[in-house]
Parts: sequence; structure tokens; C-alpha cells
Amino acid sequence: MKKIFLLFICSAILLSLAGCGSSSSGENGEVIVYNWGEYLDPEAIRLFEEETGIKVIYDEFETNEIMYPKVEAGATEYDVICPSDYMIQKMLENDLLAELDFNNIPNAKANIGVPYWEQSKEFDPENKYSVPYCWGTVGILYNKTMVDGTIDSWSVLWDEKYKDNILMQDSVRDAFMVGLKLNGFSMNSTDAGELETAKNSLIQQKPLVQAYVVDQVRDKMIGNEAAIGVIYSGEAIYTQRENPDLEYVIPKEGTNIWIDSWVIPKNAPNKENGEKFIDFMCRPEIALINFEYITYSTPNDAARELIEDDDIRNSSIAFPDLSQYQNLETFQYLGEEADRLYNDLWKEIKSE
Amino acid sequence: MIKTTAKKIYIVLIFIFLYAPIATLMVFSFNKSRTRAKWGGFTFQWYLSLLGNREIMQALWNTLFIALVSSLSAVVIGTVACIAINNMNKRRRAVILGITNIPMLNADIVTGISLMLLFISLGFKFGLGTILLSHITFNIPYVILCVMPRMKQLNPSTYEAALDLGASPVLAFFKVVFPDILPGVLSGFLMAFTMSLDDFIITHFTKGAGVDTLSTKIYTEVKKGIKPEMYALSTIIFVTVLLLLFLVNKAPKEKNERRI
Repeated sequence: MKKIFLLFICSAILLSLAGCGSSSSGENGEVIVYNWGEYLDPEAIRLFEEETGIKVIYDEFETNEIMYPKVEAGATEYDVICPSDYMIQKMLENDLLAELDFNNIPNAKANIGVPYWEQSKEFDPENKYSVPYCWGTVGILYNKTMVDGTIDSWSVLWDEKYKDNILMQDSVRDAFMVGLKLNGFSMNSTDAGELETAKNSLIQQKPLVQAYVVDQVRDKMIGNEAAIGVIYSGEAIYTQRENPDLEYVIPKEGTNIWIDSWVIPKNAPNKENGEKFIDFMCRPEIALINFEYITYSTPNDAARELIEDDDIRNSSIAFPDLSQYQNLETFQYLGEEADRLYNDLWKEIKSE
Repeated sequence: MIKTTAKKIYIVLIFIFLYAPIATLMVFSFNKSRTRAKWGGFTFQWYLSLLGNREIMQALWNTLFIALVSSLSAVVIGTVACIAINNMNKRRRAVILGITNIPMLNADIVTGISLMLLFISLGFKFGLGTILLSHITFNIPYVILCVMPRMKQLNPSTYEAALDLGASPVLAFFKVVFPDILPGVLSGFLMAFTMSLDDFIITHFTKGAGVDTLSTKIYTEVKKGIKPEMYALSTIIFVTVLLLLFLVNKAPKEKNERRI
């Protein structure tokens, strides 16, 4: 008898503990948002809650890869998520996403520029599942005082002159993008021969590289520690502000254009609130305050019109004219076998 | 002479190794510029904006609350478990200790994912509660690890003597056994506390939407670069711990002096 009573008490404590994570919802329900860290101005959330009476439960992730298992397992049922291009494609392939009702998101089609919808078709062929939120390119950041001649090609990263002055991205797909584009291949190639060529190029480049880095490109370039680095365009504006000698260029061989978009998962408990949230984020004023907070390019043309600073509104870094460049591609999810091939080749490069 | 200077140099080197990273972080918490590459001038602005940042402060309270509650719970459960294990015969004790040791050797990511799956299948709502439960779970083995050796050193006759003299088992435990194992319990508590404080992986998999601890909060900032407010917070935590250690080490000495 005593034992049963004890068991009962224990389970009661457990259940009450498990319940204490729930919080009171707003007058019009709630919306659970899963976004990148530092990827939304908190002010935008406050305005949304004030206007709609919907409580926002905001959660953040740090990489696509760490977000995916949590969503797939359904540990928390999110209403709105902001993954990157190739991850959206993977989620679509695994049937995790719900079709959006664009009647509830009028601001999306009205304000977001046509080129971004076109580019999105690479991972969401009918533009039915995602609404672009942030985008950018990958290019070369160089220090004007430390290089000579015009820089407009990936081949400068193979120039002996800049030995020990080159920074490369330390991630498989980013590094192979450079290697593949240099040789004129698609950065989504799964052809063993093309990948082998890219691998050899990258091995050949290795003695010239000062370091393989991720975040440190920013700080190292600002501190004049290197002449040339591969960087994301969103970071380029910030680095330029800190060090006016820096210049960003999109190489003529083409590059990666990435897009992070809002999606709604299939198991979303508050789909309609999620669509309201996405619609709110597509409003020009809201997109503007988010752009100013994040500094990554916004696909929202109406918001761009509102930018007061001429230099930024017309910046070729933040808003390059996409029609001028060729071979701009978006990363695609290549499947497990290709992933393994990439990783094996990358290991060979790193251990060379 | 040479020997003593060599000794001193060695000590200095060790201290540099241990504290240079923390010193760097503290210096940057006063840097006006956001990048580490540039010194923008001396400022307290990050400390001020830290106090105004609701999210970071909430994450700090969550972290402290979880660490405190989970380590206290683990201490109670772990100590009780030790009493039971101590009274088992040799074979059963070895088996049970083996079982309690496995979670410590297990990779955090395995523990994290399996806890997440367990919570899903039990239909728990993810939030502070699930983090707390998982922290208690992974803390218990550490408490047992610290308390068990103390338990083994106990002389069972003292407890029996207390019972013979008319004390109830509970009274006998608190008067006779507990004071002897107290150092083990305390070190178990501290160990559990620190383990809970800096756990990331398990917390990541068992947390619900909108609940963050410091470690998960800092990690989400990786994409856009860690904000200097975090340097300021780390500096404050470091200085607080240093002061506490200083006070703890100083206090008994003063008492002794007074006694003399």
C-alpha cells in the first residue's frame, strides 16, 4: 500500500514539473516561431503582439542541421520556421512542410521582388511553401591597400602573390562551391569527375591559404590580418563600415545566392496565426526595421524603397543587380550519398 | 636559486595558460567596438545594455534556477540511493554502481536525444520542467560518485550504537551518519551544480520553445557573432565566483585567529 502511494506521489511531482513549461497565451492564441539567433528585431515581435493580441513564443537555432532533428522528431510543434534554401528542399522531400495559403499573406506577393521568387524555385519549385525573408551572396572580400589589379574572379584565390594572405571558408559546401565554380562546374554537382577536379584545385590552393575559418573572416579582415577572404555578403557591409579599405566583389564565374525563407511545418498547431506572423514580417515598415537590425539583404522591395541612407539603398553589396551575373545558384540538398562523397573529399583535402 | 626561479616561472606559465583567455574576454567586455580586431575605446555600455536585455537576464535566471533545483534534488535522491547501495551485498552493489556509472560515460548527445524521445512518447510538454528533469537525471550519478566513497568509510557500528541507545533510524542518520558523509554530499552538490550550469547538448534537446539557458542562448548567437553583452556577463560571473572563493577561503582563518 505504502509503495503504491509513494509511486503515485512521484508521478504526480513528475507531471506537475513537466507542466510548468506552459505559459499563458495571448487573447488571440499564440504563435511559436523558430528562427536563427539574432535574426529578428525584438521590436517587431512587440509590435506584432500589440496589434494582433497573439502571443509570440520565440525560439532560436544556430544551424539548419541542429534545427532539423528537433522539428522532425516533433519535440516542440512550431508554427513558423526560417530554414535556408537546401534545408527547405530537404524538409519538402521528407514531407514536413504545409502548403501556405497566400490569401492570408497578401504582403508577400505584393512586396517581395520577382527575382527572389524565381530564385526560390530552385528549392520550392512552385513557390507554394516558402516566403523569402533574408538573402545574400558569397563573394570575395579584399583589402584595397593589400592587393593590386582588379579582382573579379575566384582565380585570385590561387594567386601565388597572396600566399598566406588568403582566408577560406571552413565548411564543405562553401569550399567546394569555390572549387567547382573556378572550374566552371555547377556548385550542386554530384559528378565524381567534376568533384575530383575541384578537390585537386583545393589541394593545390592549400599552401597559399592562411587559415580555414568561419566567423573569423570578419574580424581578421577588419584587423588587416589578411588581404583576401571568402565571405557572406551580409557580413561584408558590416566589415566595410569598420574598415573602409575593404571591398566586396561577386566573382564573374558565378557564386552561391542563398535565401532563408519562412515556412510552416505540417504539424503546426496555429497555422493561421503563423500565416499572420509571416504576413506581418512582409510589411515594408517591419521588413525595414528587421533589415536595419540584421543588416542582411532583404528581398522586400517596398522596404528597400524606405531605406533613408542612399549609400545602403543603392549598395551593390546589399542589393546587387542579379540580372548582371551569370551562374548564380542556390544550394540544393543532394541526398545522403552525395553528402558522404563531399565529406570524404573534404577530409582528403584537410588531411593533405 | 636557479631551481626556485625555475619553479616561479613554471607557476607563472601555468597561470597564464589558465587565465589568459578569461583576461582577454574581460578586456573585450570594456571595448566600445563590437569587433575584437579594433579597440574602440573604454566603455561600460555593454554592462548597462546587459541589465536592460530581458532575454539574457531571463536566460541567466533560468540557468541558476535549473542548476540549483536540479543539483539539490539530485543530492537528495543520490544520497538516499547511496544508503541503499551501501547496505547491499557485494555483487548487487557492483551491478548497481555499474549501472549508475554508465550515464556518466555515455555521450551527452545520446543522453539528450534519448531523453527527448522519452519525453515525446510520454506526451510531456517541453519547457523548463523537461530541462529540470533531464538535469536531475544526469546529475544523480555524479552525486553517487562523490558520496559513495564516504559511505564506504563509515563505521557501521556507530549507527548501530545510536539505534541501541534509543535513537530512531532517521534521527540516527542525521546525528551520526550525515555529519560524516557531509563533505561528500557537498562536493557532490558542487559537481552537480557545475555540470548543470554548463550543459548545452542535453538542454538543447530537452528545452521547449522560448525557454533558454545561458549556454543555449550564447550558442544561438553564433551565426551573427557573439554580442559583447555576453563578455560583460561572463566577466561578472567570473568576478563573483572569484570573490566567493576568496571569502570562503578567508573565513575559517579569521575564526581560528579569534580563537587564539
